[in-house]
Amino acid sequence: MDVDLALAVLLQALTGIGTLVIISLGLAVIFGMMRVINLAHGEFLMLGGYSAILAVKAGANIWIGMLLVAPVVVGAVGFVVERVLIRHLYGRMIDTMLATWGLSLALIGGVTMIFGNSVSGFSAPLGSVAIGGFRTSGYSLFLIGAAAALVVCIWLVLRFTALGLIARGTMQNPDIAATLGVSPARVYAITFTIGAALSGLAGGLIAPLSGVVPTMGAAYIAKAFITVITGGSAILAGTLSASVLLGAVNTVGTFLTTPVLGEVVLLIVAIVLLRLLPRGITGRFFRGAL
Amino acid sequence: MRAAPPGIERRQYLLEIGGAIALAAAAAIGLPRALELFAVINATVFVSLAVLALSLALIWGFGGILCFGQAAFFGLGGYAYAVAALNLSDTTYAVPIALLVPTAAAAALGYVMFFGRISDVYMGVITLTVTLILFNFSNSTAGDEWRIGAAPLGGFNGIPSTPPLNVPGQPGAALPPEAIFRIAVACLALCYILAKLVLRSSFGRVVIAIKENELRAELLGYDARLYKLGIFSLGGFMAGIAGLLFASCVFVSPTMFSLSYSAQIIIWVMVGGLGTLAGPIIGCILLQMLTTWAGTLRDISPSVILGVILMLVVLALPKGLLPTAFAIAGRLRRGDRR
Repeated sequence: MDVDLALAVLLQALTGIGTLVIISLGLAVIFGMMRVINLAHGEFLMLGGYSAILAVKAGANIWIGMLLVAPVVVGAVGFVVERVLIRHLYGRMIDTMLATWGLSLALIGGVTMIFGNSVSGFSAPLGSVAIGGFRTSGYSLFLIGAAAALVVCIWLVLRFTALGLIARGTMQNPDIAATLGVSPARVYAITFTIGAALSGLAGGLIAPLSGVVPTMGAAYIAKAFITVITGGSAILAGTLSASVLLGAVNTVGTFLTTPVLGEVVLLIVAIVLLRLLPRGITGRFFRGAL
Repeated sequence: MRAAPPGIERRQYLLEIGGAIALAAAAAIGLPRALELFAVINATVFVSLAVLALSLALIWGFGGILCFGQAAFFGLGGYAYAVAALNLSDTTYAVPIALLVPTAAAAALGYVMFFGRISDVYMGVITLTVTLILFNFSNSTAGDEWRIGAAPLGGFNGIPSTPPLNVPGQPGAALPPEAIFRIAVACLALCYILAKLVLRSSFGRVVIAIKENELRAELLGYDARLYKLGIFSLGGFMAGIAGLLFASCVFVSPTMFSLSYSAQIIIWVMVGGLGTLAGPIIGCILLQMLTTWAGTLRDISPSVILGVILMLVVLALPKGLLPTAFAIAGRLRRGDRR
């Protein structure tokens, strides 16, 4: 295998890993930290995609649309959803699943009624970049960088800010947090909103690659769940390690067979992994990480 | 649950089984006469899905096993039926094959999960993942190279030529839709009675004891893994029946494995009432009728209505329809006595 081809596959694997990280982070916060099974995660991505597209069509700069409008809009939606629906359901994991499934159906239906069932999108910025003897899209390089930046940002927030400390403490033991003067209800609302905003950002970021349809969420939700659960209890280290492993497996599988069988390989690896490490990757390795 | 005196319990048990038989007989005789052909086929689909709801009601409500992948066994039953029927060009022997494949799959998957001591949430994910693998795989089987004997798998389109059931032993004599409806109703009643019988047997009592407290049951000397495997395989068997009925009145396609079926089954059980057998059947049929009705509305998308109803059910009736109805009835009766 010559160097160029190896580099191309490596880059593709990195893009796959970056995409997995991006689509999983919002869920890692909502499901990994808050134990809310958010089946509307895919629809949060979809709303992020639509927000970005509408912003771009309204004349906004493409970067503002993707990086600012999408997370703000979906964060606002997440805040409303938490206040109206989710806050009644903490501790009732199965019920959160049923309620968010209803939310997901309602969002798909509502968006279809407004925008119709056709694919819309905008082309990826940044053109193409030559590396050695082949060309790759600059946008996939940007995605890899964005995934890395997001992970670093969340790590900084969780590790070094008061908000991060309070959020981690409240998720671990809300009663003790409450005796220390923290309002768990408020922390939950903020955390859920941040999780939703991360999902919205992810939707904005993947919109140029995948196009946007009301039903696009279904393509991402299972992968995101499997990544987060394979990762285990430490949300950042877990999501990152699971994304690296599953993304690499997916890319190699796709490279050797077909894209569909590549996904099948990803899922089989996830099952085998969970059989060997029933508490996820971070249940065994990187313990005590964030 | 408060234990009733044996005589009363036995009477109620016989009453429930008798009621199921009477209801099934009435539906089997009455509905095909009252409904048009299209509605009969639709009703057959509802009944086959009700069998599916019952299968999850049994393993989740009484076995405590939350399986996100009941659709996998449903789809396997359907595909096994379609492939076997096309190859044998007779459905007589396709039926046992269609029941064997999902049961064996459930037993194999259950072995990995229960003997690996995998915890609840991960069990949900593994079953969901298996379903997704089957969904992705069956979607990718378009083209001539993907065929099993005489049956092309057809990828995204499924197998539109799935034959309906025929009179046993007579390949040419396909059963009319009314007869298939009657068979489906009979299967639903039989599955219900089977579930009741199993739960009353000593095996079923141990299964419930394990759900209530696994450690306690194990300390009493029962191997929880084996009992869970048993009830899970039975659930796979019933889901296979549902898949077979569904396949014989519609046709098989990868949507049988889809996430939307997997989640809907759970919703039927939750709406109807977890921990009951009749509730999920009622929940399934009501929600199916609701979906069909919502599909006829022009201005508003059916999924919006369905979604809003689901959210309201979770917030207002967390125990599900049937237990809530019983609780209200019980309160009224006590009120009368006072």
